[in-house]
Amino acid sequence: MKYLTEFRNGEIAQRIAREIHSIAAQPWKIMEVCGGQTHSIIKNGIDQMLPAGIEMIHGPGCPVCVTPLELIDKALAIAAQPGVIFCSFGDMLRVPGTDADLFQIKGAGGDVRVVYSPLDAVELAAKNPDKQIVFFGVGFETTAPANAMSVHVAKRRGLKNFSLLVSHVLVPPAIAAILESPGNKVQAFLLAGHVNSVMGYWQYPPLAEKYKIPLVVTGFEPLDLLDGIRRAVIQLEAGRHEVENAYERIVTFEGNQHAQKLLSEVFEVTDRAWRGIGVIPKSGWRLSEAYREFDAEERFHITGIHTQESPLCRSGDVLRGAIKPAECAAFGKECTPRHPLGATMVSSEGACAANFNYGRFLSAEELATAGSGLTHA
Amino acid sequence: MCLAIPGRVVGIADENGLRMGRVDFGGVVKRVCMDYVPDVQIGDYTIVHVGFALSKIDEPEALRTLEVFRQMGVLEDELADGDEAFARAAAAPQSNCPDESCAPK
Amino acid sequence: MPDGPKAGPPGFSAPDFSNWSCPLPLAGYPTIVMGHGGGGKLGNELVEHLFLPAFRNLTLENLGDAAVLDVGSGKLAMSTDSFVVQPLFFPGGSIGELAVNGTVNDLAVSGAVPRFLSASFILEEGFPLAQLAAVVDAMAAAAATAGVQIVTGDTKVVERGHGDGCYINTAGIGVMRDGINVGPHRAQPGDAILISGTIGDHGMAIMSVREGLEFESQIQSDCAALNGVIASVLDAAGLAVHAMRDPTRGGLASTLNEIALASGVGIVIDEARIPVRTEVQSACELLGLDPVYVANEGKVVFFVAPEAEELVISVLRAHPLGWNAARIGHVTADHKGMLVARTAMGANRVIPQQIGEQLPRIC
Repeated sequence: MKYLTEFRNGEIAQRIAREIHSIAAQPWKIMEVCGGQTHSIIKNGIDQMLPAGIEMIHGPGCPVCVTPLELIDKALAIAAQPGVIFCSFGDMLRVPGTDADLFQIKGAGGDVRVVYSPLDAVELAAKNPDKQIVFFGVGFETTAPANAMSVHVAKRRGLKNFSLLVSHVLVPPAIAAILESPGNKVQAFLLAGHVNSVMGYWQYPPLAEKYKIPLVVTGFEPLDLLDGIRRAVIQLEAGRHEVENAYERIVTFEGNQHAQKLLSEVFEVTDRAWRGIGVIPKSGWRLSEAYREFDAEERFHITGIHTQESPLCRSGDVLRGAIKPAECAAFGKECTPRHPLGATMVSSEGACAANFNYGRFLSAEELATAGSGLTHA
Repeated sequence: MCLAIPGRVVGIADENGLRMGRVDFGGVVKRVCMDYVPDVQIGDYTIVHVGFALSKIDEPEALRTLEVFRQMGVLEDELADGDEAFARAAAAPQSNCPDESCAPK
Repeated sequence: MPDGPKAGPPGFSAPDFSNWSCPLPLAGYPTIVMGHGGGGKLGNELVEHLFLPAFRNLTLENLGDAAVLDVGSGKLAMSTDSFVVQPLFFPGGSIGELAVNGTVNDLAVSGAVPRFLSASFILEEGFPLAQLAAVVDAMAAAAATAGVQIVTGDTKVVERGHGDGCYINTAGIGVMRDGINVGPHRAQPGDAILISGTIGDHGMAIMSVREGLEFESQIQSDCAALNGVIASVLDAAGLAVHAMRDPTRGGLASTLNEIALASGVGIVIDEARIPVRTEVQSACELLGLDPVYVANEGKVVFFVAPEAEELVISVLRAHPLGWNAARIGHVTADHKGMLVARTAMGANRVIPQQIGEQLPRIC
């Protein structure tokens, strides 16, 4: 595929990796915010190509991981109601609520459907006037324009049976919260390039300045990720702390103004709870007054939710980079991909699931005869 | 989250007041909302997330970036033992498509 | 001829009844009704005018409660599978071909020559007869291609709303071949791992017509009977073939994980060498799916002794169903029970056993 395959060239990837090897003189800890970037790093083994001193900390940029437990439980309650068609992105179907997940609700008779685009859910609403269609609107700023358009279209078409269960989260406050948390070890961030394709990167220079930390707008393919890491390392070694754009073919400083305009009409900033982290002030979006009638939480008045996180689960500490997954007492014992206690083990790019799979291999490799298997630089 | 992939716009039409496009992703065509990218025209490449085009791909910039990458650090002729796998990756075919359909366009 | 609507779901085309010996008169009931499952006149009509003409063999025409079969001496293999695919008709096939080929293939990868099948239908009240006829027609064609006979069957009807139109179960009997020894526990360190062709075609063909996820493409299901190509390989390599499996639900990754566990070995594959059609790759990119987990219905994975690798590859590539066969990896004594892939970057990643169905993602 054009503009995709070229950025997966193994030979060029090694060249960039070699550059990083030759530049890095000290150990550094870099966090990539976005779950999609985590996925790409693990899938391609990018972290194995880096010098031993460069550690990638997987951040909280995954709606699966950070959607508050209470909202998952509300989603489950709504989806279980007769007369409701509950639409969601596939990512959310296996996230554990207190007692069940959406897949289990589907199994019990709930009409839960995976869609590709929120507009598909709007179409369902138009075609099923006797049902209530609810769309699970989670995600970072990348997904918000799609969700905004869905309610905008629903309003324009006068659809009374469409609503949005909203849990949008914002990157800049998340970065600030991570940097403010005691015991923070992150020294540079790879910014989520597709978030920036919408928002631009005009929000970030004050952050770089305040926390004296390099911020690099980075893409998702191996070459993009390696280049983002390379630029971060160069800044770290030089003691600089600037915002850099390593994804220039997609991202501009101002971002997509058309999207930002509709976003400001449809959404307003609010405090948001991040699962495992807690409430971060002004870190999310909810529907604005003009669109509040489409809010599923208000339309459905779900009460009687008693959320209960597993007391053993430490995904919040993992998401902030405070501990490594293996440092959690439940890791690999009570908590495995097959029986996840928290969101970081459910999602295949959640730090815990990723470590579980790769870690098993590493320990098996250690047991194997010396000389077989891959050695890292 | 942020799975967005590049595709080429092959058709644009107004549907119910929305600017909708047909976008070709390597042979697979999907209906995409183009309301956020009014400057993107047929033949342009755009990045698409959950059925929405978010940004036009700056093609000269993409080529420039690739060129910069190509100029970066030259592979040493002598590779240490531990780099055997790196060498194998360098030699491995980039395309594993068995039919003609993936010849570079 | 049923007078029902000719237009049907994508991929559906009304069958040509002109070759059937006695295809009348189904015109009275364009859709399935409860009576069709009752064993009375309506049920008999279905048998007489739909199943018999389509499947056309002497054993079936005896219409006994059981089919009496002559299979000679030697060991028998038996397999059963139920088919509940939605939608019923998709690019490249239908539930009909799947139902026949699925069971034929399970027998073939076990080292048996498939001979006879049963076919049981659970139909939903209201299911259009024209669609049933198309499914049955597809089954007849698939059976003929595979060289098997459908010798007994059953039909039940459930109330409207209690079934997805049509569910099919097939059970099959095959005769075990001599001179082979295959099983999921027989993979050995050093074995070469070969795949008969491209992966992900079937699963993505289904995705392309799945509500909420549809896209336009030329992707077709690879649904096919594999007994012919397997026979060619076994004829040539015999005991050098240690294990074979068709990577259906859960894809290549699930099959390799299962065999790694069953045999107590590790598996290493080279991602760059796994054949994937460009369009299938693109569709996977679009939906955030990994081709290694996507279902196939017309491919075989072979574990062969290293000295037989070249021979098996050449036999495969000479066969229409194996023309882009490739070696994708090997078996190792390290990391027992684990499937590890070398990525195009030269790094490793563990490909774990899938948990549940792979779903499209936005993340």
